Amino acid sequence: MTTITFIHPDGRRERIDAGAAETVMLAAASHGVAGILAECGGNAMCATCHVYVEGGWPDRLPVMTSEEDALLDGAAAERLPNSRLSCQMRVTPELDGLELRLPDRQT
Amino acid sequence: MNPQGFSESTNALKHPAAIPHLDVDPFAIDFFKDPYPDQERLREAAPVVYLDKWNVFGVARYAEVHAVLNDPLTFCSGRGVGLSDFAKEKPWRPPSLILEADPPMHTRTRAVLSKVLSPAVIKQIRDRFAAAAEAKIDELLQRGTFDAVADLAEAYPLSVFPDAVGLRREGREHLLPYAAVAFNAFGPPNELRQTAIEGSAPHQAYVAEQCQRNNLAPGGFGACVHALADTGEITVTEGPLLVRSLLSAGLDTTVNGIGAAIYCLARFPEELVRLRRDPTFARNAFEEAVRFESPVQTFFRTTTRDTEISGYHIDEGQKVLMFLGAANRDPRRWEDPDRYDITRKTSGHVGFGAGIHMCAGQLVARLEGEVVLAAIARKVEAIEIAGPVKRRYNNTLRGLESLPVTIRPV
Repeated sequence: MTTITFIHPDGRRERIDAGAAETVMLAAASHGVAGILAECGGNAMCATCHVYVEGGWPDRLPVMTSEEDALLDGAAAERLPNSRLSCQMRVTPELDGLELRLPDRQT
Repeated sequence: MNPQGFSESTNALKHPAAIPHLDVDPFAIDFFKDPYPDQERLREAAPVVYLDKWNVFGVARYAEVHAVLNDPLTFCSGRGVGLSDFAKEKPWRPPSLILEADPPMHTRTRAVLSKVLSPAVIKQIRDRFAAAAEAKIDELLQRGTFDAVADLAEAYPLSVFPDAVGLRREGREHLLPYAAVAFNAFGPPNELRQTAIEGSAPHQAYVAEQCQRNNLAPGGFGACVHALADTGEITVTEGPLLVRSLLSAGLDTTVNGIGAAIYCLARFPEELVRLRRDPTFARNAFEEAVRFESPVQTFFRTTTRDTEISGYHIDEGQKVLMFLGAANRDPRRWEDPDRYDITRKTSGHVGFGAGIHMCAGQLVARLEGEVVLAAIARKVEAIEIAGPVKRRYNNTLRGLESLPVTIRPV
């Protein structure tokens, strides 16, 4: 079981089991997590599945590609050093316990 | 035509469940008039069907359409995304460097358009596009009754997109006819395609000329494409053809997308009420209209090797027709698929395609759709159909020729 916690802008915490989903975005979508729009369906084109990676997690995730880097420049909410696109985060057992804060807007 | 085709002779041996042959012609006027019963037949017959009329395979269920879109090495685009196989037939125009291309070439050209149309770029044009949408809706409220196709779905994109590309003012009347030809040409050699290509010379000449670097205003999308030739990301000769992709695919698609959204709100007034109550649904109301109407109905791929889709064998060199519109209404994927619901979770619909060829201009399309619907949400009380609705027939695009409406201010 790979448990991921989403922290909504109002502070509400939502824990989901990412289970067999391929990416964190798809796991969020399958649990209906509000705040992950994923307009492009996970094709790395829209920057509407933006998340802030909390705690010590940023250093433990695989480094981002130049495409993800460029897309994040266009994210609707402020880009921070811990910004990532959840469609580019593959679900692996190592992600168990991951905490992701949701931005106040995606478009 | 050999209606029995090769599929029965070879495939029946390789797969116990033969691929059903259907007599549906998805490029016939009667199909366009009401595609839904036939799309259901295509979907329900099997995961893969064979269309005797044009000797092609077809996939109409969401899972299979999605799978084909996401396997571009097996289902290639370089042999054309229409019925015509570029390995056997001379294309009607020089092939697109992005739509009708495969990796590794496609990877390079795609990166160029992704850069030119990136989220960061779209942020910069947002205010301008929104102001133009406000002004357009204000103007239409003054008129009261108008044609939502010509006066809104066409007029709004024409008022913002050619300027964003950096086109000269003169000659813009060729843009929509050129796009109509391009989308008709993906179809089979029926009357729609033949007539379109026969009349295309002046439109092609305009587009070829307009794509040249010296005809594009500085700062526009077109100039940005050409600028990437300076840094070596594309060659000087590739620039004009990549600009052509913006002109082929950037206008008629949003015209039909916005037209679809207005048509939806006119037919389902309770959804307009919901939109007015919460205008933040504007963007999703547009996205849902793209799912619901699927302005781009179909595209082909060509198999690069003997392969299987859901266990059904297909030989190398075969055309596979993807029914995007049918996939977007597949009850296996969508709850209550024939309902237009502005609050639906639309992520994953294939109205913009999926995978490496997914619409490069989707962010421009969403921006245009969102700002038009947001202006309507704030200013328009009701949209009523005020005359006969006429459909426009195109081998690939689904949309209207005329949609007379009356709108009332809030």
